[in-house]
Amino acid sequence: MTTELLKTALNATHRRMGAKMVPFGGWDMPVEYSGIIAEHMAVRTKAGLFDVSHMGRVDIEDGPQAGSAFALLQSITCNDVAKLQLGQAHYTALLNARAGIVDDILIHKISDRHYFLCINAARRAQDLAWIRVNNQHGARITNRSDETAQIALQGPRALAILQPFTKTDLAAIRYYWFTSGEVMGVPARIARTGYTGEDGFELYIPVAESERIWNGLLEAGKHEGLLPAGLGCRNTLRLESAMLLYGHDMDEATTPLESNLGWITKLDKGEFLGREVLQEQKAKGVAQQLVGFRMIDRGIARDDAPVWKDGQKIGKVTSGSHAPFLKQNIGLARVPSANAKPGERISIEIRGQMVAAEVVPTPFYKRSKN
Amino acid sequence: MSQSNYPAQFRYSTEHEWVDAPGPTAATVGITDHAQHALGDIVFVDLPRVGTAVEAGKPCGSVESVKAVSEIFSPVTGEVTEVNATLADHPEIVNQDPHVKGWMIKVALAAGGVPSELMTVEQYQELLKREGS
Repeated sequence: MTTELLKTALNATHRRMGAKMVPFGGWDMPVEYSGIIAEHMAVRTKAGLFDVSHMGRVDIEDGPQAGSAFALLQSITCNDVAKLQLGQAHYTALLNARAGIVDDILIHKISDRHYFLCINAARRAQDLAWIRVNNQHGARITNRSDETAQIALQGPRALAILQPFTKTDLAAIRYYWFTSGEVMGVPARIARTGYTGEDGFELYIPVAESERIWNGLLEAGKHEGLLPAGLGCRNTLRLESAMLLYGHDMDEATTPLESNLGWITKLDKGEFLGREVLQEQKAKGVAQQLVGFRMIDRGIARDDAPVWKDGQKIGKVTSGSHAPFLKQNIGLARVPSANAKPGERISIEIRGQMVAAEVVPTPFYKRSKN
Repeated sequence: MSQSNYPAQFRYSTEHEWVDAPGPTAATVGITDHAQHALGDIVFVDLPRVGTAVEAGKPCGSVESVKAVSEIFSPVTGEVTEVNATLADHPEIVNQDPHVKGWMIKVALAAGGVPSELMTVEQYQELLKREGS
């Protein structure tokens, strides 16, 4: 089966810059420019610039009935939308009736009548269909993905690099808040969010201006050590920070409580899809959990590698990689709750060999806040 | 990055390994500049132990980059006499110098241990062109 890969507005720019391109979630995306390790280290110590326009962008607004946007989102996600203030964003999950995760998403509260969702590239169609099916209140759902681009500037130097291009006081934007402003004279939503574990900003901008903003930031950030960064280091960065990857660390068959996402699961907020399942899981305890591990012996555990304990296969790796900043081999695995305590020794089967690993607390890496 | 000039005295496999076999008894084996470039940052090299029998076309180890693992197929038949121990702690040498310092194993060749299908440098560069690199 060959299907035409989708391209972001920056596709030709990535190719011109010599990026290595790969298919990702139906998109033709840069996996690396100068190398995954160099880009990873740049984001941790200086800054990196990511094209994340492949993500989906959706507006949810009140229809004829006031409060319909809020009611829709409150009924299909597990975090409490009532807690969101104007200008604030939160991480949450779209659930199905079995509390399985349809997608992990960000919700921005733009006004009482208007919310915005950032969703995974590969889940665009499923998410939109699922939201529409559950839209009993008649909220207005508008897919903005094709008219907007999304660029993420991440790393300790992100603020210094971006500030000269905007009148918005970036330091005044708190982590997981956003504001509307201008970047290079272009209307932009500036959100202090990201998927790397570093400080940084995600810019939502018109497609037509994305190349100019991309080039302008790269040029200006050069002396700060800014590098264009691809999906390769985006994955290693998020894994070091123990942020989950949809389709690997969670999916429609696993619930938030089984995926270390108790912190976004607000059972006291009222009725929502999957709540009964989650309440029962909370009362009884979950049978399986997602844990972090580090390799003790040499070797890198890759996704789907079997996890063993005392001669029994007990689970599997959901994400595994070399961690460039920590210089360790780490990963996430789904194991029985009895084996989920930090310090637990496990074996991971790598190409037929048993390799020793140890359950460790997550995140593996946490930036120092200054 | 690395030098992309492929030594003329080497022979090359379709799996992107190189063989340096100046005589009929011994060979040195590694992966090509093209292979290291395609893999990206190499962070782990798993090589066979000394004394292991290797067979042309069969896996004999693996190379891991940050994003993927790739098998190494022995391009020759024989017995491993030496492995490049430096790669255990410095796998990045394969990226930096794949054809010299980044060699992987030395093999005592069996009779006819270097298959005639291995490519010359010209044939290998033709292959790279055909593969669109």
